[in-house]
Amino acid sequence: MSRNPITRLGGYTSSTLIGLGAFFRFFASLLARSGAAVRRPRLVSQQIHFIGNYSLLIISVSGLFVGFVLALQGYYTLNRYGAEEALGLLVALSLVRELGPVVTALLFAGRAGTSLTAEIGLMKAGEQISAMEVMAVDPIRRVLVPRLWGGIIAMPVLAAVFSMVGIMGGWIVGVQMIGIDAGVFWSQMQGGVDVWNDVFNGVIKSVVFGVTVTLVALYEGWQARPTPEGVSRATTRTVVVSSLAVLGLDFLLTALMFGN
Amino acid sequence: MPTTSHTNESALRFDRVSLGYGDYTVLRDLSLTVAPGQVVAIMGGSGSGKTTMLRAATGQMTAQSGAVHAFGQDIAAATPAGLRALRQRMGVLFQQGALFTDLNVFENVAFPLREHTKLSEAELTEQVLDKLHAVGLRAAAHLKVSEISGGMARRVALARAIVLEPELILYDEPFAGLDPISMGITARLIRDLSDRLNCASVLITHDVQESFAIADQVYLVGQGKLIAEGSPDHLSASQDPYVRQFLEGEPDGPVAFHYPDTPAFEKWLARQSGGRS
Repeated sequence: MSRNPITRLGGYTSSTLIGLGAFFRFFASLLARSGAAVRRPRLVSQQIHFIGNYSLLIISVSGLFVGFVLALQGYYTLNRYGAEEALGLLVALSLVRELGPVVTALLFAGRAGTSLTAEIGLMKAGEQISAMEVMAVDPIRRVLVPRLWGGIIAMPVLAAVFSMVGIMGGWIVGVQMIGIDAGVFWSQMQGGVDVWNDVFNGVIKSVVFGVTVTLVALYEGWQARPTPEGVSRATTRTVVVSSLAVLGLDFLLTALMFGN
Repeated sequence: MPTTSHTNESALRFDRVSLGYGDYTVLRDLSLTVAPGQVVAIMGGSGSGKTTMLRAATGQMTAQSGAVHAFGQDIAAATPAGLRALRQRMGVLFQQGALFTDLNVFENVAFPLREHTKLSEAELTEQVLDKLHAVGLRAAAHLKVSEISGGMARRVALARAIVLEPELILYDEPFAGLDPISMGITARLIRDLSDRLNCASVLITHDVQESFAIADQVYLVGQGKLIAEGSPDHLSASQDPYVRQFLEGEPDGPVAFHYPDTPAFEKWLARQSGGRS
């Protein structure tokens, strides 16, 4: 049935608002039950292991290559102005302020987010969620809350690992391969990186991205139709929605944190 | 751990209950009572609404009309905390087992104990192994769910359903997918549990032989209503054409094997045929 553009726009707007409302209600219900994570920290630590440890390899390898590329590109540009001694600072600021949190969040969405969505969706399809409910166990408390906090804790740690390995990659290319003085490389970094303005703001970003990606992944899994097709669609939506949300939020946070 | 002290109140009661989804009613005006210690079989063909009744009994869906009472309390009127308290007195065996795939066999059976009791690890291990022994899978405790067969998974699910020794156990197709030996043992186990714990057992099944051997009361549902009820002997002697067709598995009778033609099907068929020409 064809509808006029205004009706379509109205329908799209109202369904988006309803979707956002449902999403924030879901978030609120998880926060309201978060005491469960404090009472049973073992469930959270299991999720940190599952979400964090299993993402370490992809995060570390990606961080290393991003550091390599940053150092190379930075050197080519800085060299034109005779400012190659600032390479360490450029690599560190780029990683700590932006690339660390953002690239980690995008990789996190692809590695851990998809796995969370598929796990929850398949638990629904296999009646595991229903089984918990009839066993008088609240699946939000038992399944979702530990995963949310696991993701929130794991994400900043992974972003820190990414930045650290990236800086090492920059050092390998800049100092070991190109031949920039090691003392200059590290002292520029030490003098130019501010703990509060740069490192702390980067940590805040990674926490916000951790909440966003984990929440989107859990929501999509929770809302997934309990069929193979439904789980597959939900998994795709997790990557698309959380990646766009991370990039949008990054712009917003950068404007707030580093603007005048 | 929930108490197993029982009173004379019924464990489960349906009072003129109609059940359905949206505007569609699957079963209407259904009344039944399950007393402590009783084994009740609810039988009927596929799609007759048996599993819907189980969902109503556990509070997963509300009745369109009438009331479902568990242990004397109206489930629809229960608060979330009240519903959780009622559910702690129930055990449910799901049709597909619904085992937690991230846990091994032992942890699946231990799950309700870990969630609802404060047993020491030694006591918990003893109870779990005891229940696994009852279903013949003590030595499979260490296996992953992916390493056991479908029939074994259902027996593990059965051990999990009874591990808290509940006052009401709901079995959704407990005999499906079991070999004849496991089927006989499972039937005996259900009867023994009811006798030993004085717990009420509700079997959702269409396996006539096994359920008639252990049931005290049988309810036969179909055509959107309760068709017949009574003891297995009473139903076996019934001359009702529906009962006879169901018990004897006859292709001809009041229950049509073929899904009926509907206007929507006719319309679809016309479109299909038109598309080909």
